[in-house]
Amino acid sequence: MDFLSLFSIFVLSVFVGFYVVWGVTPALHSPLLAVTNAISSVIIVGGLIAAVASKGIIDLSSTMGLIAVLLASVNIFGGFMVAQRMLAMFKKKK
Amino acid sequence: MNTTIIGFAYLLSGVLFILALKGLSSPVSARKGNTYGMLGMTIAVATTLYGAGSGLELSSYTNIIIAVAIGGLFGSVLARKISMTALPQLVAAFHSLVGLAAVFVAIGAYKNPAAFFDGGIISTGSMIEMSLGLAIGAITFSGSVIAFAKLQGLVSGNPLVFKGQHLINLIIFLGILTLIYMTAVDPMSPSTEQYFWMIVGLSFFIGFLVVLPIGGADMPVVVSMLNSYSGWAACGIGFTLQNTALIITGALVGSSGAILSYIMCKGMNRSIVSVLLGGFGGDGDAAAAAAAGGPKGNVKQGSADDASFIMSNAQKVIIVPGYGMAVSQAQHALREMCDILKEKGVEVRYAIHPVAGRMPGHMNVLLAEANVPYDEVFELEEINHEFATADVAFVIGANDVTNPLAKTDPQSPIYGMPILDVEKAATTLFLKRSMASGYAGVDNDLFFRDKTMMLLGDAKKTTEEIVQALNLS
Repeated sequence: MDFLSLFSIFVLSVFVGFYVVWGVTPALHSPLLAVTNAISSVIIVGGLIAAVASKGIIDLSSTMGLIAVLLASVNIFGGFMVAQRMLAMFKKKK
Repeated sequence: MNTTIIGFAYLLSGVLFILALKGLSSPVSARKGNTYGMLGMTIAVATTLYGAGSGLELSSYTNIIIAVAIGGLFGSVLARKISMTALPQLVAAFHSLVGLAAVFVAIGAYKNPAAFFDGGIISTGSMIEMSLGLAIGAITFSGSVIAFAKLQGLVSGNPLVFKGQHLINLIIFLGILTLIYMTAVDPMSPSTEQYFWMIVGLSFFIGFLVVLPIGGADMPVVVSMLNSYSGWAACGIGFTLQNTALIITGALVGSSGAILSYIMCKGMNRSIVSVLLGGFGGDGDAAAAAAAGGPKGNVKQGSADDASFIMSNAQKVIIVPGYGMAVSQAQHALREMCDILKEKGVEVRYAIHPVAGRMPGHMNVLLAEANVPYDEVFELEEINHEFATADVAFVIGANDVTNPLAKTDPQSPIYGMPILDVEKAATTLFLKRSMASGYAGVDNDLFFRDKTMMLLGDAKKTTEEIVQALNLS
């Protein structure tokens, strides 16, 4: 994809993020941090590409990729689970 | 046709991430939102593996599965075991990992351009995007490490300032920009590599320098800001990989963190620049020592029995929790106290100041953990007018956010900060460790008023004593 298309997606996403996040209730700002943490770990895709590309040979690039995959996995599992744990605690009056 | 399917799949995962954030608009829809987020992540990972597919050695998959398993296991255990009071540290630690992952991906891409770029050639544009992602990722990492250390108490929460700090930061910052320019001049030249590594080093260094001078009480802003950075780092890498899921997500996270920073700054009436310049708001010890000798009035101290008597005769009690509640883990005792009061027919509500605690929404999570129903918990604007009709304002571990000086004294460092009007309640009860001033180092003249009663001591212990007194009455 050319730069302009990607940049358009970027700008529009910033606006979407702006409006969606203003809609988040302040009571859930901590889970918001945890969820954004988890989803920003989609950076794992970069690690996967580097890890797969070497076709099983361990070189600098694939090692870097594997470490990135490991770090991002901590975040993905940890972020979603801690968010889940927090959200499960928010209960209404009985 | 492969690329079309892959493109659609990444778009879908981006949309699912938007829905994940959208779900957080209410506690009712939030858990469903979280599920969308997980689904989006699964799709992104599966798509990448599919896209990279065909003719692979099985062993590269094995390595990946091992890496995911180790990371996933570690993350899961962490998420299950962590105590809710330690959440700010955990979030800071997670931010550091996103930053570091961005750095590693950038290195991986730089060292193996054939896997990442058309024809194996890194264009000038790609190099700029990658270097930006690399620099922001490295800053996110080292900044978060310091934030973590401060929140965990490994280094002092007091601001660390030295002469010429801002000038040094500025020079390093300009140095990084120059290096990014230099890498972009001829990305494929072997001599470019040294600039690449210099960006890594300088960015790590400036991340440390930027967060060190910021005091413990400003941590909600720092945590939000690093959240934002981790998003922009992901964006930079997303442009490099031309990956829409990464760009969409990075932009979402980037703006989310920026909005949280803005809300936190507004909650303190401070500009983001003044927070970043640092030097304000340590753990309160130094400030307390400085303020100790100042002029005082008469302080009315009370006992748990007094507090129990006043509250059981009240019609409406508003609870104001602060960081002190988190430190002493008083939330469970507090909820127990409120349950008894409610049984006695007292109306109980909770008022949350936007910057209470060490991260956005910190108090809400602690109260939720103690089974306080979220519809009894209100934000500052929603509840502030109600203090005038309340019989008791019960302030537990909060100080500066109630200080009327913020309204009356233009000289005060907290002037203009929105405060909870606890002074308007018929009686104000303060649960505090000592008479020390808050992080801003300002005396709270509410302590010396006739309507105020101070209950000095550990917040949890005092609350438990009140519970006992209430049970006996």
